[in-house]
Amino acid sequence: MSATSHAHDEAGQAPLVGSLGVDSRKLGLWAFIGSETLFFTALITTHLIFYARTKADLAAKGMLEHMDPKLYLGIDLTTILAAILLASSLTMVLALAATKSKEWPKFRFWLLATIVLGSAFVLGQVYEFTHLYHEGLKLAPQYVYEGETVKSLFGVTFFVMTGFHGLHVTLGVVWLIAVYFKVRRFAASPENPMDVELVGLYWHFVDLVWVAIFTLVYLI
Amino acid sequence: MAIAEQKLTSVSPATASSGSFPWRTWLATVDHKKIGIIYIVSAFVFFLLGGIEAMLMRVQLGTPNNTFLSADVYNQLFTMHATTMIFLMVMPMNVGIGNYVVPLMIGARDMAFPRLNALSIWLFLGGGLLLYLSFLTGGAPNGGWFAYAPLTQVQYSPTAGMDYWILGLGLTGIASIAGALNFIVTVLNMRAPGMSINRMPLFVWMNLVVSFIIIFAFPTFTVGSIQLLFDRQFGAAFFNPAQGGDAVLWQHLFWFFGHPEVYILILPVMGMISEILPVFSRKPIFGYSFVAFSGVGIGFLGFIVWAHHMFGVGMGPMANAFFAAASMVIAIPTGVKIFNWIATMWAGDVRLTTAMLYAIGFISMFIIGGISGITLASPPIDLQQTDTYYVVAHLHYVLFGGSILGLFAGAFYWFPKMTGRLLNERIGKIQFWLMMISFNITFFPMHIVGTEGMPRRIYTYEAGMGWDMWNLIETIGTFLLAFSVLIFIYNVLSSLRNGEVASNDPWDAATLEWTMPSPPPSYNFLHIPVVNSRRPLWDAKYPHAAGDDHHGPSSAPSQVRYEYTDEETEGAKDIHMPSLTFSPMIFSGGLTVASLGFIYINKDILGLPTRVAALGFILIGIVMVSIAIRGWILDSRKDSPYLSQHH
Repeated sequence: MSATSHAHDEAGQAPLVGSLGVDSRKLGLWAFIGSETLFFTALITTHLIFYARTKADLAAKGMLEHMDPKLYLGIDLTTILAAILLASSLTMVLALAATKSKEWPKFRFWLLATIVLGSAFVLGQVYEFTHLYHEGLKLAPQYVYEGETVKSLFGVTFFVMTGFHGLHVTLGVVWLIAVYFKVRRFAASPENPMDVELVGLYWHFVDLVWVAIFTLVYLI
Repeated sequence: MAIAEQKLTSVSPATASSGSFPWRTWLATVDHKKIGIIYIVSAFVFFLLGGIEAMLMRVQLGTPNNTFLSADVYNQLFTMHATTMIFLMVMPMNVGIGNYVVPLMIGARDMAFPRLNALSIWLFLGGGLLLYLSFLTGGAPNGGWFAYAPLTQVQYSPTAGMDYWILGLGLTGIASIAGALNFIVTVLNMRAPGMSINRMPLFVWMNLVVSFIIIFAFPTFTVGSIQLLFDRQFGAAFFNPAQGGDAVLWQHLFWFFGHPEVYILILPVMGMISEILPVFSRKPIFGYSFVAFSGVGIGFLGFIVWAHHMFGVGMGPMANAFFAAASMVIAIPTGVKIFNWIATMWAGDVRLTTAMLYAIGFISMFIIGGISGITLASPPIDLQQTDTYYVVAHLHYVLFGGSILGLFAGAFYWFPKMTGRLLNERIGKIQFWLMMISFNITFFPMHIVGTEGMPRRIYTYEAGMGWDMWNLIETIGTFLLAFSVLIFIYNVLSSLRNGEVASNDPWDAATLEWTMPSPPPSYNFLHIPVVNSRRPLWDAKYPHAAGDDHHGPSSAPSQVRYEYTDEETEGAKDIHMPSLTFSPMIFSGGLTVASLGFIYINKDILGLPTRVAALGFILIGIVMVSIAIRGWILDSRKDSPYLSQHH
């Protein structure tokens, strides 16, 4: 760290650790995650508001089974997708651990595994979306279940909410790929551990949002 | 210092352009001072555009049954006037001055993320230009700045105007969040040694508070406008009650952002006032901690009062009572600030410079706006006044009488630091009085016509309602107001050329930015200062008075220097500053182009060719963003603090 303290003397402030004692990029990413939390809160709240209304509507008509997402959305596929995404968090942690111990082949393996699992999640979601679309759940204020049309915003809120989560996963995969190539090209660069830690932080957050969505949409 | 600057520019080969104006050093800049100036100049241009829109509306309303403007054009003008003044004028002006001043005040060489900072300015400009492009492509947004559903649904707003509004504000929103993250990290992590949180200048404090408000308030607006976009483009019906949607949901999502937004507009200006009043009263600020923490209090309370904009919806007595009480509570921290400012001037050696006059003007006009705000926080009164000119009067007293008068105070105060020349004080004072008087001529009668029942957002009215005389007076006031802005422009232009040359410290001020040459060199501080009090420069200049109060300065004087020998400035060439880069601009350009494409992706204009062109724009945008990301990563390696430790 002597090089760091030299830079500290010269610039008057440490470039790696600022006056708060944290890396600046990490601090910024945490603040960003705070902001993103509000973003998903608004999307999920919108979904829950309309979900409760549809449920009350259908209960009054004695058609409540039309709203059971376990029947309707196909819980099997999404459970597998959830498992895939959670597993990718584990491979992400292993990739970061390998960075810190400078085991680069191991790092590349685990980061690639994260990229593959993340992509599998996105592809699974694309499959789920097309499947539901053909079943009658569309981006429209009504959907068809067993031949009956139900007036509801369920499809709208579902696609927009899970779609924006999927977009975040996709951007996360792009970020992972960028880090993969950057680390491969500039092997042993001292920035690598922080680069990996940052994308990992974002990745875990996106996973956490999925845990919330999975619980609120598919389980409850 | 000129020598040092020459040496410095020769370090960076990219600055060696030979043209008359160094375009490259501005367009590719990552220097917080240049970015700040780009923000300030563009916000001022938008101020003029918003002002022209206001004048056109006032001409229309000057006489009853006027036919100067059609109802449709009038709708576009009031929507664009508010959108411009809020998102393209006051916000970026605050950000611009903050960008310039905050790193100087905390003893930093730049913002924490210089390239992200450049991204913010170009995204803001991209969003602003996209909004104004709508005038040329079939009609500007016309649903009002709070865009109430279902008026903004595509069947009631069939032009692409509202789509421009959604995507244009989407871009400026990303710029704001990126800028806020940058301010948070800069203020928390880039402070000079000894500049603890409770020694930060109050302007820095308020920028920190506002940045937290921005990152927590903007996401709900983003979500609301994405949902509105899906309604308009893909028939999603989030806010369309006819199809099961909920118009009031929009109001909640919008105002959960929209109310904190008004603090985003006013708190940085309150910070400026808290810097200016002590300097020209020759006294430390009265109750530093109260001013700082009342700002934090306003920031928190701002998030639990949004529904006071919605009393007219009929939310029921419990909700109304809660939001009314919470709104009135905000008067406490605001009142604390006002009394602190007055106590700061009390028994001080007050110098009535133009900046000081504007600061005092801010306090007095803001008190009027604050009082009318308290009346509107009471549901029975609000129900009487909702959507009348009384609300228009209130919001202009806080946003013009507050924010904009305060921004003029800031302009006169920091102009010499930014340009090296003082604005003309005599012209400034004339302009101040003209502006104060014409502001009141324009906006005070709105209280009267408002309580007499004149609704806002009507493009004309019948004669004989008792509104004719007041409306004519308001219109005359607007022209005087515009004239005072012209005087300011003249003052800026003539002072830039012939103004009195500013020393480092023309106001005998207390904070670190005045230790530097005017304007400061690109690296800001030759030696990063060591701070031991809230007023490092006063302590250095008046050591006998240092530590003379109970508010915490230690006995050790701050190590602040503002004179350097030539050998020392020679050493400045070793200071590594981030390189020029076009990547942020290409990134922003890509997002802007893609947004333009997105507006037309599902529009039935000219059929298929429009959609193909729209898709093409989106693809071009994605390619530009991809190129920019690659360039960005490579550029960031040039300046990485991890890699640049070998000088």
